[in-house]
Amino acid sequence: MEVSITKAILAAVTITRDERVTGVPVFYAESEEEMVEISVILSRVLEAVAHDMGNGVYIIVKH
Amino acid sequence: MTREILTIVTGVFLGTISRFWMMRRDFRQYPSYPHAVVTHLALGFVAATLGAVAIPALAAKEYTAVTFLTLAATQFREVRTMEREMLLALEKSALVSRGPDYIEGIARTFEARNYLVVFVSLTASLVTYLFSVVPGIIAGIVAMALVRRFMQGKLIGDVARVRPGKLHFEGANLFVDDIHIMNLGLKETHKVYEEYGRAVVIEPLDDNAREILANVGQRQAIAHEVAALLGVRRDVDTAEFTPLLRRNVKTGRVGLVIVPIEPDMECLLEAVKNVPVLESSFVKPLASKAGYCATD
Repeated sequence: MEVSITKAILAAVTITRDERVTGVPVFYAESEEEMVEISVILSRVLEAVAHDMGNGVYIIVKH
Repeated sequence: MTREILTIVTGVFLGTISRFWMMRRDFRQYPSYPHAVVTHLALGFVAATLGAVAIPALAAKEYTAVTFLTLAATQFREVRTMEREMLLALEKSALVSRGPDYIEGIARTFEARNYLVVFVSLTASLVTYLFSVVPGIIAGIVAMALVRRFMQGKLIGDVARVRPGKLHFEGANLFVDDIHIMNLGLKETHKVYEEYGRAVVIEPLDDNAREILANVGQRQAIAHEVAALLGVRRDVDTAEFTPLLRRNVKTGRVGLVIVPIEPDMECLLEAVKNVPVLESSFVKPLASKAGYCATD
């Protein structure tokens, strides 16, 4: 049987540098564009969806 | 030819024909052709034989012979398990899965149709035994027509009003009219939704329908059917374009959002209307006193 993780935050991408995001792999981006770019790559690679937390943090969630 | 042989032949023949007739290989192409079709025809033949020999056996005072109808029950349960396991195994390779409720419904239908075959062949053989072949065939055909009527379930179009919805974003959140669907972070995704996305609102006609649409399995079945008919602009690595149905808890309305390959709204509405109401999601709260008095 195939087992996979779902409904889990696989990674976070952020441009804030104050280290509020912990507990998951965090990717720091230099700019908004880079954050989007990293999010796209991560969501494609992980077959997951990028969600906007609205505070400069994107989370990559597997559904 | 002896009466018994005639009885059995008529019963088997009409039973097998009825299984063939019940096999509706529409756009779903299920059971798949040719092998699954052959499997089910063969099983239908077995069912028809079981039904057809019951009357001559009883007439010959072989009462214990009827016990092998219980064998039929075991056999048909096996059919259900077979269908369920196969569809569940295939589920992983589908872009938009059917969902366990839909699969259970399909498996149950396959089991039930074998019992219906027994009914048809039993009716045909009984009338043939009592009268002759022609009345037997007529009785078989009448039984088939009854079965066909009995089999017909409801469609989403019968229990709900299906109309186009307005797809829009509020910040990162995707909405269909006032129904929140999901949060999507990427602007690129927003653009695809705004350009190619289509939205449908399914409004339940009464409280029974509201509960039907509340069932997650029913909604998954709608997503699967719509994606199968109109195509879905996604691949394994673009999970954000999976068709989704979400419910407005206040009104019971359900919003569907999909990025179809064929963005034709009329066809989309038609596809949603023709999704069967699943047996497992079908409830009638209005039939109870509490459910009825709670309506306003």
